[in-house]
Amino acid sequence: MFVIAVASFVGFWLANSAFVSTTTLTVTFNNTFPAIIIIALGEVFLLICGEIDLSVGFVVGFAPFFTHYLDDFYHVPGLLAILCGLLLGVVVGWVNGFLTVTVGVPSFITTLGTGFVLWGTMLYTSHAQPSGVPANIAHYGAWLGGGNKYSWLIWAVALTAVFHILLTRTRWGLHTVSVGGNLLGSREAGIKVARIKYGNFMFTGVLGALVGMQTMWYISSIDPNSGSYTPMFNAVTAAVIGGTAMLGGSGTIIGAFFGAIVLADLSVGFAVEGVSANLLYVINGAAILIAMVANVQLARLRERGGR
Amino acid sequence: MTETASGETAGHAGDVLRVEHIAKNYGAVTALTDVTMRLGKGEVLGLIGDNGAGKSTLLKILCGFQAPTSGQIFLDGREVALRSVDHARSLGIDAVYQDLALVNQLTVYQNMFLNREKVRWRLVSNRAMRREAREHLDEMGVQIPSVNVPVARLSGGQRQAIAVARSVFSDPKILLLDEPLAAMGVKEGAIILDLIRRLKEEGDVSVIVIAHNYAQVLAVCDRVNLLQGGRITLDKRSEETSAQALTELVVAEYRKALQARIAS
Repeated sequence: MFVIAVASFVGFWLANSAFVSTTTLTVTFNNTFPAIIIIALGEVFLLICGEIDLSVGFVVGFAPFFTHYLDDFYHVPGLLAILCGLLLGVVVGWVNGFLTVTVGVPSFITTLGTGFVLWGTMLYTSHAQPSGVPANIAHYGAWLGGGNKYSWLIWAVALTAVFHILLTRTRWGLHTVSVGGNLLGSREAGIKVARIKYGNFMFTGVLGALVGMQTMWYISSIDPNSGSYTPMFNAVTAAVIGGTAMLGGSGTIIGAFFGAIVLADLSVGFAVEGVSANLLYVINGAAILIAMVANVQLARLRERGGR
Repeated sequence: MTETASGETAGHAGDVLRVEHIAKNYGAVTALTDVTMRLGKGEVLGLIGDNGAGKSTLLKILCGFQAPTSGQIFLDGREVALRSVDHARSLGIDAVYQDLALVNQLTVYQNMFLNREKVRWRLVSNRAMRREAREHLDEMGVQIPSVNVPVARLSGGQRQAIAVARSVFSDPKILLLDEPLAAMGVKEGAIILDLIRRLKEEGDVSVIVIAHNYAQVLAVCDRVNLLQGGRITLDKRSEETSAQALTELVVAEYRKALQARIAS
């Protein structure tokens, strides 16, 4: 799976070499890529443990508005408002976990529902109008990914490293794989299955909120269009073309990292070429299909090889 | 044909496990009528019987998964009520189901340490776990190519051996093996039989093996109990009986049940 991620990356890169310029590279890696990978980190964990979060894109949209409301209308101090915005992501994750794990609604449905609720709330309260970033919130951006042009990328790479270690070298990561690979067996072994799933929903939520804030700092505005289903689709796509199994049990952060690079490169590259953004969806879809077909074929070959 | 040697079941001082008059009903259906059995320290007991005789129900009761409708369970002579699988495990009873608790995607050593991972600075110490898993498997004579391969790549026998080896890791007093030889070739089954034999030699753990293949059971067990119609109808030392005798008993019972059904 890792091989495919790298191969597709190199392949797309060569094919796109015509529009690799410093400006496009800057946009690709400092803006588009971090937004995809940071959310993908959460989705990888969720997909591995057998769940999915369709609502995270709407957390991206609502978190900065929420922060702005708290600051401007309720006079909550800037830093506290930012923390509350991030906390919103945690709460949404908890609600997703509660409805999925405790109540027993499949996460596909749960998060579709919470996603729409968030979307509507954001559009209704903001009157679907963009808003400026409050001054006492704007200056925190320097530390949180909206500083110099590389700071968002640095956040993305640092978080990728942290989540890679979390997945491969901690009990949490092992148990996430275990829960997705054999739910009953994990319970048998005494793993607190519910805790793992709740936790991964909350990780995804807070990462979505973080990306929402970082987008706000990056574009110096709070845009009702910046959060919708797109950030979620991109993140899930990055995870899946990076080799994470939709049915749980396996996946890698590194794979998603390359998947996110491929997607970011494609979307910026096509924009530069003047190709309609709408066509990008076709490319994304094709990328998923090609990656998955290759995965299935490779697995079949491996099986035939006996090992 | 009730050959139950009541003198045997009355209990020995050294019994780790004693089960008295266990009954289990699921609504109107009776799975176990009246089971009385014992397990000596370091003993390997084979539990045999036709499909539907109640073997699995008995196992589920002994590992704490289900509560009996009535009857008593004694551990080291003291009566216990097994509240849950975890509770039974804390008392030293561990069950190995066919394949159930292995995670295919994880490696052998990760499975062996599942939820018991060795941690240093909050990071799992893979090297230490690999080494210990290797040593433990070697000690138990389980042969696998490497502890680093995902268990999905191993054969059925190897997987079962790893599941058994893992339970022994936690030092159980009583090990319950649910059809460890089912759906396994001769070579595969030999891995498990060797493993059980080795456990017997060490003598620290008492084992109950549920199995279908009477010859294999007799080859490895000290004693066999035959479960028929929710009761133990035979309790013999392995050397006192043969696979053929056991088969005849089961067939006779089956014929009797069939005739009863035809008559009604």
